[in-house]
Amino acid sequence: MISYILRRILATVPVLLVVGLFVFSLLYLTPGDPAMVIAGDTATPEDIAKIRASLGLDEPFLQRLGGWLWRVAQGDFGVSIFSNLPVHVMIAQRIEPTLSLALTTLAITVTLALPMGIFAALKASTTVDRVIMGFAVLGFSVPVFVIGYLLILFFSVKLQWLPVQGFVSISQDPWTFLRHIILPSFTLAIVFIALIARIVRSSMLEVLSKDYIRTAKSKGLSMYSVVTSHALKNAAVPIVTIIGVGIGALITGVVVTETVFAIPGLGRLVVDAILKRDYPVIQGVILVFSFFYVMVNLLVDISYTFFDPRIKY
Amino acid sequence: MNTTESALNRGSVSFAWMHALRTLMRRHGMIIVGAGLLLLIALMAVFAPFLGTVDPLSISPAQRLRPPSPEHWLGTDMLGRDTWSRVAYGARVSLTIGLGVAICSSLIGLAIGLVTGFMRRVDAVIMRIMDGLMAIPSILLAIALMALTQASIGNVIIAITIAEIPRVVRLVRSVVLTLKEQPFVEAAVASGTRLPTILVRHILPNTVAPMLVQTTYICASAMLLEATLSFLGAGTPPSTPSWGNIMADGRMVFQLAPGTILYPGIMLSLTVLAVNLLGDGLSDMLDPRLSRNM
Repeated sequence: MISYILRRILATVPVLLVVGLFVFSLLYLTPGDPAMVIAGDTATPEDIAKIRASLGLDEPFLQRLGGWLWRVAQGDFGVSIFSNLPVHVMIAQRIEPTLSLALTTLAITVTLALPMGIFAALKASTTVDRVIMGFAVLGFSVPVFVIGYLLILFFSVKLQWLPVQGFVSISQDPWTFLRHIILPSFTLAIVFIALIARIVRSSMLEVLSKDYIRTAKSKGLSMYSVVTSHALKNAAVPIVTIIGVGIGALITGVVVTETVFAIPGLGRLVVDAILKRDYPVIQGVILVFSFFYVMVNLLVDISYTFFDPRIKY
Repeated sequence: MNTTESALNRGSVSFAWMHALRTLMRRHGMIIVGAGLLLLIALMAVFAPFLGTVDPLSISPAQRLRPPSPEHWLGTDMLGRDTWSRVAYGARVSLTIGLGVAICSSLIGLAIGLVTGFMRRVDAVIMRIMDGLMAIPSILLAIALMALTQASIGNVIIAITIAEIPRVVRLVRSVVLTLKEQPFVEAAVASGTRLPTILVRHILPNTVAPMLVQTTYICASAMLLEATLSFLGAGTPPSTPSWGNIMADGRMVFQLAPGTILYPGIMLSLTVLAVNLLGDGLSDMLDPRLSRNM
């Protein structure tokens, strides 16, 4: 078990290296010379050469890659071309809104998707099941930003129950925080609920047809305890797998949702950076998101041994 | 005739028949609805100039942000451009990109997947690269690639294709790995068949069914991704009316003219829904064992 976990942690190293190589090549392949951009219009060739040397741009590819990876491993992502702030400082400033959004979304998703999927599985092939699965297909098909604007239009503009846009830190005022975060989280959660409810249903259907479930039922257990104590844990492996895979969808959703609701998070930061072609910031945010994705999937893999002790590697 | 009669005579068998027929209808129902809807949208894209549209690019500032009227069926946007015309022409972009990405990523992914499934050494390297690419959220991967080049439909297709390839490779590879252990492939290997022949004659035909389903899903996700990219301002060039672009333009004025986001959003959702239905239907039809679970 310990050796499995250790090997699994080691296996993330090549993945992160590939991510690093890709992100670095991005800057390397960028059309235009960053030194020229930094030097400005009135710079002489000597100025540009000096900046090139100070940035290490005149070194060969592998040497630059090595130096860059070494700095990134220490948490130094370079300096933004536009604001001149270190990228890790900018990311640290923006991480709270993104984390708040992601965590509330996950909370909403788990509390809604699990019961929906279980219910659909218990009532398989009935109208209830079809309504829930119909919702799931719809959730896949409607783009996040359309859902977002529909919710704004209805709850903020028409009913005026909730603020249209913006973000307030939870440490500032929990109630205002909640009023601002509720629409974006639901926007994002709808896609996620669709994804997870589907898998919960199919996984539960599989488990519910097993002999031990029949045994549990026939010894007179209530449906509730059959589901919670016998079925759910055995249905967990595909469910946590899809949560891991879904983190990618969640990150995509975060980027879009932050734009729709004007939330000053990492997604907004990267979109602004792209429009300004601020490559160090783009690199930094991609690295942070990818690192997050790899870590969540690492936890998912490790959780398999907890949910299904038969799994050995 | 005889079969039908005897089937009718025996209640249980006739019930089974009816049931099979109904399931068949239900299964094909998804394909029919999906394909029909898709056909309608494709027709709209092809015949956009003849569907009561005007030049989707012509601006008339005097008539901006108008509500729907007999002149402007879906109203106008902040530059006075006719929303219906832009939505109708926008279908071309979405369908082109959906189809383009689906075809490109399937072909490339298929080629890589077939080779990696059979060659251990190559497999280890390529799968690490694929894992790395998969670890980068597809929207960010596509955005990053778009930041390298100029906005054009071709570049959007390339960027999204690269983001989608790892998923195809994984699927093909898993099919190949299962097939490799099958007796008919082992027999072919044992009898000295050359690798290319094995790949083409024994492996390839067996990847068709799962690939077909995967391709529809890729098409759907490519269309969503293109709209998202354009919405964020990193996709199709702003001069081309795509559904994502129309919504991006509508962002500033959506409280005044919600139609600029609503109508392209509805069209995009319908199109993606149609493709997803087609995919679900195909997946049920091609793999009935799976359909009982899903």
